[in-house]
Amino acid sequence: MKTSTATRLGLRTVALGYLVVLLAVPIVLILWRTLGEGVGAFLESVRTPAAISALNLSLLIVAIVVPLNVVFGVATALALVRGRFRGRGLVQAVVDLPFAVSPIVVGVSLILLWGAGGWLGGVEKLGFKVIFGLPGMVIATLFVTLPFVVREVEPVLHEIGTDQEQAAATLGASSAQTFWRITLPAIRWGLTYGVVLTVARALGEFGAVIMVSSGFPGVSQTLTLLVHSRYIDDHNTYGAYAAATLLMGLAVVTLLLMTLLDRKRST
Amino acid sequence: MTATTATARRDDTMVSSLPPRPTPQRQFSARPLGVGLVGLWLSVIVLLPLAALTVTSFGDGVSGFWDAVTAPVALASLAVTVGLAAVVALLNAAMGTLIAWVLVRDDFPGKRVVNALIDLPFALPTIVASIVLLSLYGPNSPVHVHLNATRPGLVVALAFVTLPFVVRSVQPVLIEVDREVEEASASLGASNWTTFRRVVLPTLAPAIISGTGLAFARAIGEYGSVVLIGGNIPRRTQVASQYIQQQIEIDRPVNAAAVSVALLVIAFLTLFVLRVAAGRSRRREEESS
Repeated sequence: MKTSTATRLGLRTVALGYLVVLLAVPIVLILWRTLGEGVGAFLESVRTPAAISALNLSLLIVAIVVPLNVVFGVATALALVRGRFRGRGLVQAVVDLPFAVSPIVVGVSLILLWGAGGWLGGVEKLGFKVIFGLPGMVIATLFVTLPFVVREVEPVLHEIGTDQEQAAATLGASSAQTFWRITLPAIRWGLTYGVVLTVARALGEFGAVIMVSSGFPGVSQTLTLLVHSRYIDDHNTYGAYAAATLLMGLAVVTLLLMTLLDRKRST
Repeated sequence: MTATTATARRDDTMVSSLPPRPTPQRQFSARPLGVGLVGLWLSVIVLLPLAALTVTSFGDGVSGFWDAVTAPVALASLAVTVGLAAVVALLNAAMGTLIAWVLVRDDFPGKRVVNALIDLPFALPTIVASIVLLSLYGPNSPVHVHLNATRPGLVVALAFVTLPFVVRSVQPVLIEVDREVEEASASLGASNWTTFRRVVLPTLAPAIISGTGLAFARAIGEYGSVVLIGGNIPRRTQVASQYIQQQIEIDRPVNAAAVSVALLVIAFLTLFVLRVAAGRSRRREEESS
């Protein structure tokens, strides 16, 4: 279908115009407003004690969530691809469930399960404070990031098949050796991609975490909660812009990694 | 438990009635213990919370559930949510397809940058999306467009976070499309518009529908990107997720749970319809080829 130059230019203008108004201008504006006051002001704003502890908390949550997602994500993917058990369809559906659930609904569900008076609310009496504590934020993040590793590793496992693993077993390798020497190297790029997606989502999660966090500055605020509280509670618009810029920087790093890994995966 | 005993029994019968066969597959297939652990993990993280939610929503009986969902403010928030999500989904269907078209069929300097930019809304935390849009369309707007606490403001926020869905589902299909059919149509005297409507659009339709559906499902549950720009005005700009959050804050867990379940049902129905539609179009394609 050959389009005339006028039509092509018209379509291009509309598409790019939409992207400029929706994406480019707002992002450039916030960068300009943050960095327009000088890099020093920006650094000062993201180096306050509350901001540093928010960054630390976000990183701590990532550090707990990623290993758990890697172990259980790979195990789930292995079970889905290699396993022949009843209820596989159900497991498939459950893995996709977090994509369809609103973050706020995740938060409410966790409060009703782990909160005072909830089904598992008893753990609070044992000194394990889930809701309004770190465990709640970790569990909320686990819920929303659960599909990523599974969904990135599963197709790779499908593709590599079991030939090499069977060869290794024939040559006398134990199943642990086979896993570490054959399976894991084969799925490493898919796994890494899943981890990058998990990290990005864990750093950026807001709705589910704000529901289960007490939100005290310096104690239980993640970076996203810091952006929110600076804007809403402190009316510190500049501080909110600065924290948002920091998160945006992390997002851009993620995006670059995703692009690089995507190329690596397809080769 | 049952899985373990079943395996054991099968092995017994194999030993007694059949000559032993090498079963190389077994070593790598998930063992019952692994499957059990995975099941436990998924149950604790995903299923138990949602079960607690559903049971709580019926805590005051079916009539209690119904009253909570049909309370005027709750119903209004659900209506606002579904209405806005529908508008955003349609906007995405049109603009997403157009952007995918320009990215595949057109050529201009900086196309790769634009292509990479499309994924930004997925990588960007939703609260950052909120702040970013407020800086342009909020109270300090340098262009004097004030969308703070208005429905158009919500549409912009939702359009921002759902941008990649349609583009990324249509793009690969458009790359694969057989262009000879389009040329044939043109040589038979069809106008560009006719060719697009009768030849290209039917091929793209499944991808457009699935992208639009995903955008819709995402939009009805969205919270982070609308929380700052929405204004949370009951019956006007309060979306369902904000209503749910408010009910938790004023300690009305049954109301919160009931509206949550309603929201979940809408999302599941959307995804179910998508799955059926996808299956049907795949079957039609198999029949025609």
